[in-house]
Amino acid sequence: MAKDSRLILDPLTDNNPITIQVLGICSALAITAELEASIVMSISVLFVMGVGNVVISLMRNIIPSKIRIIAQLIVVATLVIIVDLVLKAFAYELSKTLSVFVGLIITNCIIMGRFEAFALGNGPWRSFLDGIGNALGYGIILVIVGFFRELLGSGTLLGIPVLGDPIEKTGLYAYGYENNGFMLLSPMALIVVGIIIWVQRTRNKALIED
Amino acid sequence: MENRTDKNSYTVIFAIGMVIVVGALLAYLASSLKPKITENQRLEKQQNILYAMGINENDETSAVFISTDKAPEAFDQNVADQIVITIDADGKVIKTQSRDEYFEETNQEPYLIDVKKQQANAKDGKERKLPLFVGKNSDGKTVYVAPIRGKGLWDAIWGYVALDENMVVQGAYFDHKGETPGLGANIKQRYFMDDFIGEHLLSKNGEFKGITVAKGNADPKNNDKTDNEVDAIAGATITGDGVTAMIKKDLKLYLPYFNSLKGK
Repeated sequence: MAKDSRLILDPLTDNNPITIQVLGICSALAITAELEASIVMSISVLFVMGVGNVVISLMRNIIPSKIRIIAQLIVVATLVIIVDLVLKAFAYELSKTLSVFVGLIITNCIIMGRFEAFALGNGPWRSFLDGIGNALGYGIILVIVGFFRELLGSGTLLGIPVLGDPIEKTGLYAYGYENNGFMLLSPMALIVVGIIIWVQRTRNKALIED
Repeated sequence: MENRTDKNSYTVIFAIGMVIVVGALLAYLASSLKPKITENQRLEKQQNILYAMGINENDETSAVFISTDKAPEAFDQNVADQIVITIDADGKVIKTQSRDEYFEETNQEPYLIDVKKQQANAKDGKERKLPLFVGKNSDGKTVYVAPIRGKGLWDAIWGYVALDENMVVQGAYFDHKGETPGLGANIKQRYFMDDFIGEHLLSKNGEFKGITVAKGNADPKNNDKTDNEVDAIAGATITGDGVTAMIKKDLKLYLPYFNSLKGK
């Protein structure tokens, strides 16, 4: 039986949900055009994964196997709707920022994947750690992709210009540098994820499948 | 021996039980939080209108609303009247009411008029009510704020545009339900909204032209305010087209009212 710490550390590197398990790609492409959205999405998924994995783990002995996928879906959807409602009532500003992500969280394959692969067969504490670990592994890739896309696509980080002003031609732009608009489109996210996968597998040959 | 949870009867009972529990929980939460959510939405409308009028707490780069605890007072102070214009399906003005007249008739504040519902009414060939908020902006100039609503790439987009009596934009606020972060969602960023300030809705001959969110604009710094164009956001073509369309469609309906202002 793997040690508890492996449950958190493995998904960050050698068992990363995006680069190794290739799950959750859709949201990684959709919302990484800016760093802030990547961070918000990572935190939301962290919360839903942590709580969801514990709930499913507690219910694992009473969920009928024939309808377990539906039951899992109901748990995710319920959690997300509860969070959305509570935020709308008590943190309205924040809820508007998050409303875009609600749909993306429910359909995130990593969440369903971890429920199915881990929480249904393990106790609540280990499921919690697994959820946190996978959400962090997902988040780290999102933040890396968001960092490069926002930097090269808009010349900003977290909305703050870091390379100068493209219209006034100051900073780097004075030397003829131009923002790459293509970075803002989804195909480039896939290419950036591809580059991360390439780097990761070059460094650790054991990850290369036949 | 067969597992207890594999039985059909158990599966059915579990499914029914789960639906009842989850349904009851969500229904309870939704109804108990509803008053609070409605109140938040009401304050947000006030903040939006005030924002378009230039009453906000903007810093150098980002858009910041006036805080929720100050909004109701600021709204009462700055919005002098809330006019309601009723038009028929052909866009002909039937009547123009002040806030007090409208309130007497319907017992509702004009700023709570649901633009979406009014658009649907117009589609069904019924009367449509157009609210218009009159007040003084931070420079003491009289502005007219009109709500607009349309569709972006994924879902609804809407906004409030403050105009002077010549239909020159004095301030604009846009928001969206679910546009792509980093692309279409940037319509609610300062740099996009501020581009509209000073733009003319009318052409040089006084015809209604609207404002086009244009790609390949020859004027990215937006120095020419009379070209009826602002610079588009890269990668957000459809959201930008949505903004163009809602400005053209909804603000045009106010043209008769603005024409009548000139006559006075």
